[in-house]
Amino acid sequence: MPQAITALLPDLANADGALVRRGRFLEVTFLLELGDSAYLIKIHRGRIEAIEPGPHVEPRYTFALRASAAAWARFWQAVPPPGAHDLMAMLKSGELRLQGDLQPFMANLRYFKELLALPRAAGAQQGR
Amino acid sequence: MAFPQFEAAVGRYLPLEVDGRRYRLYVEEAGSGIPLLCLHTAGSDGRQFRGLMNDKALTSQFRVIAFDLPWHGKSSPPSGWQEIEYRLTSRAYVDTVMAVIDALGLERPVCMGCSIGGRIVLHLALAHARRFRALIGLESAAHAEPYYDLDWLHRPDVHGGEVCGAIISGLIAPTAPPSERWETIWHYMQGGPGVFKGDLHFYTQDGDVRGRLSALDTKTCPLYLLTGEYDYSCSPADSRELAARIKGAKLTVMEHLGHFPMSEDPARFLTYLRPVLEEIRATG
Repeated sequence: MPQAITALLPDLANADGALVRRGRFLEVTFLLELGDSAYLIKIHRGRIEAIEPGPHVEPRYTFALRASAAAWARFWQAVPPPGAHDLMAMLKSGELRLQGDLQPFMANLRYFKELLALPRAAGAQQGR
Repeated sequence: MAFPQFEAAVGRYLPLEVDGRRYRLYVEEAGSGIPLLCLHTAGSDGRQFRGLMNDKALTSQFRVIAFDLPWHGKSSPPSGWQEIEYRLTSRAYVDTVMAVIDALGLERPVCMGCSIGGRIVLHLALAHARRFRALIGLESAAHAEPYYDLDWLHRPDVHGGEVCGAIISGLIAPTAPPSERWETIWHYMQGGPGVFKGDLHFYTQDGDVRGRLSALDTKTCPLYLLTGEYDYSCSPADSRELAARIKGAKLTVMEHLGHFPMSEDPARFLTYLRPVLEEIRATG
């Protein structure tokens, strides 16, 4: 379930010392949309400070990543199929929509790719 | 006394004039036999072919040669580069490849290029088919559409090395061995400012050959196409479309490989390349 994965994300991210180090200059709030569900993810010095599930009243965020729940489910498979294995692949196919001020996203692209891919390994461990 | 255990590849610098400009080009090679001239992807360099140069079965029958395009790897940009916006063109790319072939005195080499290299072999087939024993396009399509704003690759508020490495990381198959994956990404992180973007000018605009494919003659020079299933820059569908429009082109879609087959997983790639090279060798 996508909801379970977003609940796992802070612990996965904040326990990843190398990821947090690479994100140490990162201060941003972004919106992650999984079909009908949306999450505001607040990052402070590379750590996830908070994840706020929607519905949001007047959400403020720098950029948004939007895809269907099914697309994220494919992305989070332990070995995702071609086309679902990378954010840029999903961008090319139109499954992922990037909106807003993308400078922090592009300046920290490796960080965001790795952050959002963290549930893959966790899912594999849980036999998903 | 212990002898150093060097790898087989030897690199040298070649002064080369192309289209009236003088370059200092880095050329690396290993092995002997039929010349196999290898062309790296956009924004990278000849190190992508390290796995091939270290393969004794290959180098016992082929002289594997890779050079770094001007502006790439250990090849210098031209004098005055500091005032130039680098943009690769079809003409400059073709002329550079032919100048290297002439300077090295290569007789009917096999030329194998990946991505932008996979595109330029189509241009080589159109302009110089008789000069080649065979052409091999890796991750080859007649055209590519950009799917993100290429300006992100070269601007002062985004680190060029970091973003180039991160942009291309997903083009590598998830099954690639981590050491080869990260070596491949490292080469991108080392590219000069704006060089990857300048190569993509050729890839997304100047190098479009869609209108000229019917003139391609695979009887004079056989054309082989190999494309990784995880490549979304030049997808298997793109290569299928290309192959369908060139009579005699032979396409293989490679499982568990992406956009950098020779670099991201050389061992797996060689299982696809060997039969192609064997066929080329057998037919002379």
